Amino acid sequence: MIRERYVNAALLAGLLAVPLYALLVDEPFTITLATRAVILALAAVGLNIALGWGGLVSFGHAAFFGIGGYSMGILAFHAQNFMPLDLGFMVFDGTKSMPVIWLVAIITSALAAFLIGLLSLRTSGVYFIMITLAFAQMFYYFAISWSRYGGEDGISIYIRNDFPGLNTLVPIQFFGICFAALVLALWLNARLVASPFGLALNAARQVPVRVQTVGLDPTRLKLVAFVISGAITGLAGALFADLNRFVSPSMFSWHLSGELIVLIILGGVGRLMGPVLGAVLFVALEHFLGGLTTHWHIALGAILLGVVLFARGGVIGLLCGPKGQS
Amino acid sequence: MTDTVLETRGITKSFGSLCASDGISIDLQAGEIHAVIGPNGAGKSTLIHQICGGLRPDAGQVLLQGQDVTALPTAARARKGLGRTFQISALAMEDSVLENVMLGALGASGRPWRFFVPVMGDRTLRDRATAALERVGLQDALHSRTAALSHGQRRQLEVAVALTLDPRAFVMDEPMAGLGAEGSKTLTGFLDGLRDQAPILLVEHDMDAVFALADRISVLVYGRIIATGTVDEIRRDPAVREAYLGDPA
Amino acid sequence: MSTILIIEQVLNGLQSGVMLFLMAAGLTLIFGVMGLINLAHGSLYMVGAFAAAAVAGVTGSFLLAVLAALAAAAAAGVLVETLVIRRLYAADHLDQVLATFALILIFSEGTRLIFGSFPLYLDIPSWLSGPVTLPGGIQYPLYRLALIGVGLVVAMLLWALIERTRIGIQIRAGENDREMIAALGVDISKLYTLVFALGAALAGLAGALVGAIQSVQVGMGEPVLILAFVTIVIGGIGSIKGAFVGAILVGLTQTLGSVFLPVLFRLFLDPATAMSLGASLANMAVYILMSLVLIFRPTGLMGARA
Repeated sequence: MIRERYVNAALLAGLLAVPLYALLVDEPFTITLATRAVILALAAVGLNIALGWGGLVSFGHAAFFGIGGYSMGILAFHAQNFMPLDLGFMVFDGTKSMPVIWLVAIITSALAAFLIGLLSLRTSGVYFIMITLAFAQMFYYFAISWSRYGGEDGISIYIRNDFPGLNTLVPIQFFGICFAALVLALWLNARLVASPFGLALNAARQVPVRVQTVGLDPTRLKLVAFVISGAITGLAGALFADLNRFVSPSMFSWHLSGELIVLIILGGVGRLMGPVLGAVLFVALEHFLGGLTTHWHIALGAILLGVVLFARGGVIGLLCGPKGQS
Repeated sequence: MTDTVLETRGITKSFGSLCASDGISIDLQAGEIHAVIGPNGAGKSTLIHQICGGLRPDAGQVLLQGQDVTALPTAARARKGLGRTFQISALAMEDSVLENVMLGALGASGRPWRFFVPVMGDRTLRDRATAALERVGLQDALHSRTAALSHGQRRQLEVAVALTLDPRAFVMDEPMAGLGAEGSKTLTGFLDGLRDQAPILLVEHDMDAVFALADRISVLVYGRIIATGTVDEIRRDPAVREAYLGDPA
Repeated sequence: MSTILIIEQVLNGLQSGVMLFLMAAGLTLIFGVMGLINLAHGSLYMVGAFAAAAVAGVTGSFLLAVLAALAAAAAAGVLVETLVIRRLYAADHLDQVLATFALILIFSEGTRLIFGSFPLYLDIPSWLSGPVTLPGGIQYPLYRLALIGVGLVVAMLLWALIERTRIGIQIRAGENDREMIAALGVDISKLYTLVFALGAALAGLAGALVGAIQSVQVGMGEPVLILAFVTIVIGGIGSIKGAFVGAILVGLTQTLGSVFLPVLFRLFLDPATAMSLGASLANMAVYILMSLVLIFRPTGLMGARA
């Protein structure tokens, strides 16, 4: 456990050091790459709460990522085009303010997670995996046909949204925002795991029948975990959209859901920093292997296979030993 | 005048053509240990599931302290004071012994919706949990991983979790299963003292334990209670001897 | 709306349904018998299609091409099973997902390495091309009709294999009780390899047959894989009969939905809105079907009760 703490601290420090170094040697692309890793990590941290602690293998977290993305896209679209959004009961100008966008992203993705979770939790195992996929696919096809917001082409946002007191167009400042969000999510995750709710959720994953016999409802615990999880992934979606200044239906695609799962397993399921390590490794491999050969996917596949076959418990498991052992 | 804590009234449950519970009426009085015995496939597990809420009977009622709980799910029955132990230990194996018992204490407190305070810092829960562990003699294994416990210790932990709920009645599904002679003896001694806290409905295969503990015994054969009585009455009952102990009458 | 159009679309739906069944049957067998989630099943479909296209290109024979597809996919299946998959049976589903995802990457990129990024084309043989006139005067492509026929024949052979042969008994036993078949003296590891190869061959066959009406390219297996998973989940995982029912349902829903939903919406919406709403609902229809099935029957239409 002590060792895992060192590894976690080193990982966060490294994640902070790389873009700072890039700033010194003036390599803005590296900063953008690090920002991408941080945002993917944030999305995966969200998923890990459902998957790692709740045992809910959601193959549809792209739904929340996309909802976060489209929250940003729609609000900024109306603001930049000076086209008020008529909601029926009120008219809204749209906004370019990140905090407002985040709030909307979190609330809408939490709401979606509540509804999807409520229905999906009637099933379990592979059926749960597939029903969550189904809901994400519905959003995907809906976004494709939503011609008002670009349909298949998505929405481009000309200028990155604002954050009070910062210039978000400067890569390092936007990185700072994303990094802060990730640290906040990790802090929340750590508190959650140690809380009464975390204890009950952890047991609900392992022995739901035991949780019932002490008078608690495992399904409700899992639903709440799913909502928190979806909200965090939704926030990551909003940041991702701001990074690219672009949203499209591909944010809802099953590839993204799959990629998030893969990040977590690569790093370590149910480990606080598992998703972060997974995201960093994934983005780094993508970058370095991709620079070496166009067929880098073969190498990536071989590395992932190696992790499954020889490092059960992901890379964190390899570095720090199995979960829960000191 | 005795005090009925737990009762089933004519509960019936069929799976296809198999009638696993055929109008079972059984009751548990304050201060007693009531053992249910029967050959394999007699329907003991089905009975327990219906009492604890895992299965809904086709007909009949389950009453806890006079209140009809037939329609309530497992968790609600637990909150009303039903403490259960499992035949095959249902424990969070990845967690520590203390965490497993804390879960019981948390369930008893009814306050799992706290997201930011560390659960291990909650004195009330922790006192309750450690008290239960001390009662079953597991206080030295507090921080062991549950997966590392011996079989006997897991049985003790099962009982400790039930204890944290401070239940009105215990339902125990073969607590002696898999224990050696020594372990059975220890647990028998412990259960003997437990009946004063709350009565125990004990489903058990270990006849030594049953005869040592039970105030009353009910014999379940093919989904029906064929006899209920004291240890001596059951030993003498010709129907029981024929159906269960295998003696020709 | 003419009857002819309806019949034509129903046939199209059946055709995509039976092809989907070839994929889903292997997937559901592999899950039912070995408890394995095989994301790489779509890669075997792709292997079959590429093998067929390559052999057809050299020999010009469609039959040889189909045989090559069966052989190549089965061989790839055996290779992957003995090298990788075998180590995953005892692992949890998450490890299986990651490992078979890795296999997709390797298969796709490997295929790109050999065949390049441009799609290949597999031609419908002359003796199966052109339309045929059905009773009632309906003109329908002979090749698609042949696909329906092949799909139904394979479905029946598969049913006979499972219900009527010794191997079938072992497979069914494997679904119910793994220890039992070991106790019966069946060589489990051989049985597993066999089941995997069988599933792979079916996927390869589907790839080759569908490859002749679509282009053969890297990544072609992924959408089919997702639909095949949807199919087996609707049918109930592990059930061949469920896979068949699920495949036909999915095929019909998808085909009929994309043709008739826009028409239906035009009755009460303006044409542009009807078109886009209809098209999006048609794409969603399969997933809406699956979620409805699961909400009301959490283990699929023919799945064992949880």
